[in-house]
Amino acid sequence: MSALPVELVRAEPPETPRAGEIGRDIEGRSPLRLAWARLRHDRVAIASTVTIAMLVLVAVGAPLIAHLVGHGPYTQYRLTGLTRDGLPVGPSGRFLLGTDNLGRDLFVRIVYGARVSLLVGVGSTLIAITAGVVIGVAAGYLGGVVDTFLARFMDVVLSFPFLLVAIAIVSVVGPSLTVSVLVIAFFSWATVGRIIRGQTLSIREREYIEAARSLGAGDLRIMVVDVLPNLEAPIIVYTTLLIPTAIVFESTLSFLGLGVVPPTPTWGSLLADSLQYYQVAWWYVLFPGLALLITTLAFNLLGDSVRDALDPRTERVFATRAGRRRWRAS
Amino acid sequence: MSAPDDDVLLRLDGVVKHFPIRTGVFAGRSAGQVHAVDGVDLTVRRGETLGLVGETGCGKSTLARCITRLHDLTSGTVLFDGVDISRLSRRQLIPYRREMQMIFQDPFGSLNPHRRVGSIIGDPFAIHGIADGLLRRQRVRELMEKVGLNPEHYNRFPAEFSGGQRQRIGVARALALRPKLIVCDEPVSALDVSIQAQIINLLAELQDEFGLTYLFIAHDLSVVRHVSDRVAVMYLGKVVEVAPAEELFERPRHPYTVALLSAASVADPDVADRRERILLAGDVPSPVNPPSGCRFHPRCPKAQSRCEVEAPELVARVADTDDHPTACHFPVEPTDDLARAAVVPMRRATLFPGEQQRQ
Repeated sequence: MSALPVELVRAEPPETPRAGEIGRDIEGRSPLRLAWARLRHDRVAIASTVTIAMLVLVAVGAPLIAHLVGHGPYTQYRLTGLTRDGLPVGPSGRFLLGTDNLGRDLFVRIVYGARVSLLVGVGSTLIAITAGVVIGVAAGYLGGVVDTFLARFMDVVLSFPFLLVAIAIVSVVGPSLTVSVLVIAFFSWATVGRIIRGQTLSIREREYIEAARSLGAGDLRIMVVDVLPNLEAPIIVYTTLLIPTAIVFESTLSFLGLGVVPPTPTWGSLLADSLQYYQVAWWYVLFPGLALLITTLAFNLLGDSVRDALDPRTERVFATRAGRRRWRAS
Repeated sequence: MSAPDDDVLLRLDGVVKHFPIRTGVFAGRSAGQVHAVDGVDLTVRRGETLGLVGETGCGKSTLARCITRLHDLTSGTVLFDGVDISRLSRRQLIPYRREMQMIFQDPFGSLNPHRRVGSIIGDPFAIHGIADGLLRRQRVRELMEKVGLNPEHYNRFPAEFSGGQRQRIGVARALALRPKLIVCDEPVSALDVSIQAQIINLLAELQDEFGLTYLFIAHDLSVVRHVSDRVAVMYLGKVVEVAPAEELFERPRHPYTVALLSAASVADPDVADRRERILLAGDVPSPVNPPSGCRFHPRCPKAQSRCEVEAPELVARVADTDDHPTACHFPVEPTDDLARAAVVPMRRATLFPGEQQRQ
């Protein structure tokens, strides 16, 4: 090979580092950091993050809150917390959100309920995401018999009727926090697995995977180093969207008496107990329900915002003209 | 083709790659084979650049992926440096992967968008466990400098580079382990013309410096003529002609080569106007069901009944040197007027076959 005549070759413009940058590396912003920058301009995302942060604080500081209020979560205030007929007492200065059917402080019980909800929500989501990603990537990348087996297995799991199987499992094993987490994780991972498998199937055909193979990289290395980073967007989005689903799952289980064992307060069991009193004690139904609603809403809205931030091509619907202007300006 | 054996870096013998076509819900029944590469014999000598040309779909890229064992061969052997690598397992292949690298066509698709450039170029070192930590960083920076990138951009992402710069990243990655052979699969066809020249010059400089051997696949004939020492022409999964670059362009022997060369654009409009272009009749036959005998016979202006039956071998014909084999029973003589014999010269050619009959 000989060099082309010089006049044909236009040199690329020399890179002139700015004064402050000489001598150190120029660091590119990773896709994740770009998404973070977009997320910070999203008011809904900020609001839901603040809500979730407060929830976490409340859950962690539950004993402190109970101490400040002066009511324990299990203490029955038979004299002050119940009417003469034995009915719950409404919200007042003494009981901020009223009491339940046994004269316990509803506010303190809801605060303690946040612990169970978040623990089960986050715990089962982490297990489900891990299992879903590992199995989804393996199925999608390895293909062939492995894929057929794993994909069919996911189909089988997805075809289980959730409640029936959950009732069966819990009645055999007995209800507990661990069982709740595992049951919810078992019914969530297959959805994640399917999505991850689909993404992996498309990533596997990219040229950079071929490049890695031609360099001699093994399957495991390719899956971890080349496939996994490209899955960060669906993983983050599905984590934020799975947490509220898991919280609702847990409430459903507790509502049916299959979740965490009483007297430990959970939002689901509070709701279940309240149903007999909804005609006389509106606060008993309203506040646990509201806690559940706010939590799931915050996680879901955050999930939507995260998805928008990670994928700038998605259509954004603006609530207000001002919002659109701000978005354009940012 | 009788180069002494220690002169040959890569020898392909009867390389065949068929892709089964599967139909049906349960992916079991085979409904035929795509004959992507169908018996290719080729040698690449140490230190040379062998150009490989042919139209889209003739099997160039499949052949490249058979050589680098990204595809498993259906049959045939690939001798690299005297060792048959066509049947080695993935584990056994690893030492040979160090000696044989690939540059890909698409500078956007061949770099992982979620990884920093430094880590992409460092990949070969990481995979083969060569340099670690600071040493690897140092080597990667040297490589970046070597291919004309700013080493300060070590921590950038591929999306922050232009097409030409990205192809330089691909070159740096291929160069990292100091391979003997680099298979370039259309390395410049996705780039602007001015950038093409830069990358080609870069490849030439690196070849001089490191004594590299290139298998250079392209469909741009002027690029191939410029970079290649020898050129091989492929048609429908077979090599139809091999010759030293200048000889192939000045004195093509296979009718397909003649037609292919006549289709290349010429920069000078006067020359382009005077030149007669050979338009081949019909389309490229389907590789699922290739023609019998010589694959080119249904479209060949010189075809005779023998061509339908007997597949010509790739050997040097009468009046040719050993270095210029042609797979044709009736190779083109300089006196032949193929354009007249064949089909319609360009100016009278029409796009619609129906109109031709009316004239």
